[in-house]
Amino acid sequence: MLKRFWSWFWFIVGATYFLVPLYATFDFSLRARRGDLSFAAYANVLNDIRFVESFWFSLQTALATIAISALVIVPTAYWVQLRLPRLRPVVEFFTLLPFVVPAVVLVFSLARTYSRTPLTDSREGLWVLLVGSYVILSFPYMYRAVDTGLRSINIHDLTEAAQSLGAGWFTILARVIFPNVYVALLSGAFITFAIVMGEFTIAALLAQPAFGPYMNRLASSRVYEPSALAIISFALTWAAIAALQWIGQGSQARVAGPR
Amino acid sequence: MAPLTRTETSRSVIERRAFSWTWLGVAPFFLFVAAFLIWPTLSIIAQSFLDQERRLSLQNILELGRPFIVSSYVYSLQLSAVTAIGGGALGGLLAYAITIGGLPRPLRDAVLSFSGVASNFAGVPLAFAFIATLGQLGVVTQWLRSVGINLYPAFSLYSFWGLSIVYIYFQIPLMVLIMGPAFEGMRREWREAAESLGATSWHYWRYVGLPILLPSILGTMVLLFGNAFGAHATAFQLTGGGSQGNVVTILIGAQISSDALANPGLGNALALGMIVIMGVCIGLYTWLQRLSARWLRS
Repeated sequence: MLKRFWSWFWFIVGATYFLVPLYATFDFSLRARRGDLSFAAYANVLNDIRFVESFWFSLQTALATIAISALVIVPTAYWVQLRLPRLRPVVEFFTLLPFVVPAVVLVFSLARTYSRTPLTDSREGLWVLLVGSYVILSFPYMYRAVDTGLRSINIHDLTEAAQSLGAGWFTILARVIFPNVYVALLSGAFITFAIVMGEFTIAALLAQPAFGPYMNRLASSRVYEPSALAIISFALTWAAIAALQWIGQGSQARVAGPR
Repeated sequence: MAPLTRTETSRSVIERRAFSWTWLGVAPFFLFVAAFLIWPTLSIIAQSFLDQERRLSLQNILELGRPFIVSSYVYSLQLSAVTAIGGGALGGLLAYAITIGGLPRPLRDAVLSFSGVASNFAGVPLAFAFIATLGQLGVVTQWLRSVGINLYPAFSLYSFWGLSIVYIYFQIPLMVLIMGPAFEGMRREWREAAESLGATSWHYWRYVGLPILLPSILGTMVLLFGNAFGAHATAFQLTGGGSQGNVVTILIGAQISSDALANPGLGNALALGMIVIMGVCIGLYTWLQRLSARWLRS
């Protein structure tokens, strides 16, 4: 009985910590018009052309990141399982390095190392650095998701079957392996999407017109709109994670992205 | 003898060729990692041991001893320790409550799903949420004022404790996500065995439960420590990114644009310091995870 009591107690403490700031933010976001509750702050945000532009920019960046990450990770994870199983710990180690090198150190190193090259002297170059860093940040999630996905299918048999029908490596990857890890890939993609859409540090330090820096700038000129943005951003994260859990990877721990 | 040797040689030639082709399959991955992670990081580490004329020197490392840098490292370390312990304790108790604490199953699923979202809800929007909650005009601040408690000016969201409260928001869910499965890995038979020998609940936890879970708990707290230590966006949004008396990540971020004015080697040394601390964290975490893997199924 006592055990039950303490369980409920800690559950309520945790729920309070989680929910009060969300409630407060929502409440705050409705007060843009003095004296009554309205969605005016949301309307202001959604009608702001810079919101639309920065959101669109981050969306494109996220999709590019997911595409490149998938194109690098799927063949690598496939090849490691098929031919180079001894290399698995090495690849795993490299995919986990983004946890050792924080985002701010990563962007600092990139900016310093490639300074005075086309990568930092042009708009396109900086975007390449941005997508490159995001791909690195996505590796831990993508590799683990794809590796688990590959383990659940028999890639040796599938490969031999495809080869016996005369398929080359490209055909095997594109028409046999990719469709089979599609679901696993999606779960990695959603977490990457959530990370890229809200990322601030790398985008801001590379002076990119992304959603994160836009949110940051808005705070200096507006009072209620930032909380409306926080709610929108939370809803977006929620949607990405819900999609991920719906896909069926369940509650496998997600070590979150850069803060 | 001769033909035999020839076959052996030719086979090893084939094997060697197959070997090099095999490696080509993972080349894109390693090239990508080299270009965007390894080469930049290693060159920063190397450069922190060079002076302005690119001669070997410890000057940059010694510059880390400057008072404002030391105080910034101390501030970051304290913030990380406080939020790792605070978030770890709260998150651990919550993980216990929803797994083996006897709460209804739907609550467990709800908390785990929410934790998945909340651990990714950080940075700029999280700062906004807390400004709306505990800022000068925040909902909770106003509510407390109406019942006669004035938080300000004694408390500030932009102070050490304010920052800690915000960081704990993303630390708790991470602890729940990692410790939940660990609690679930505790076997019922252990408890039954202890009870059949006359152990009370206290005995069980003191001599069986806690010793088994301890490496896992400590390991996760170390991970939380690193998580807070590497955080940048949340602190930047709350403190405005001033370079004095602040977390290390903001100090490093400020170095990117300012290499003309200040000493460029200093930024490199700051980054090196962070990498060393993060490396120790992850190493410790891996070691503790390996210890706990002996007992827990998960």
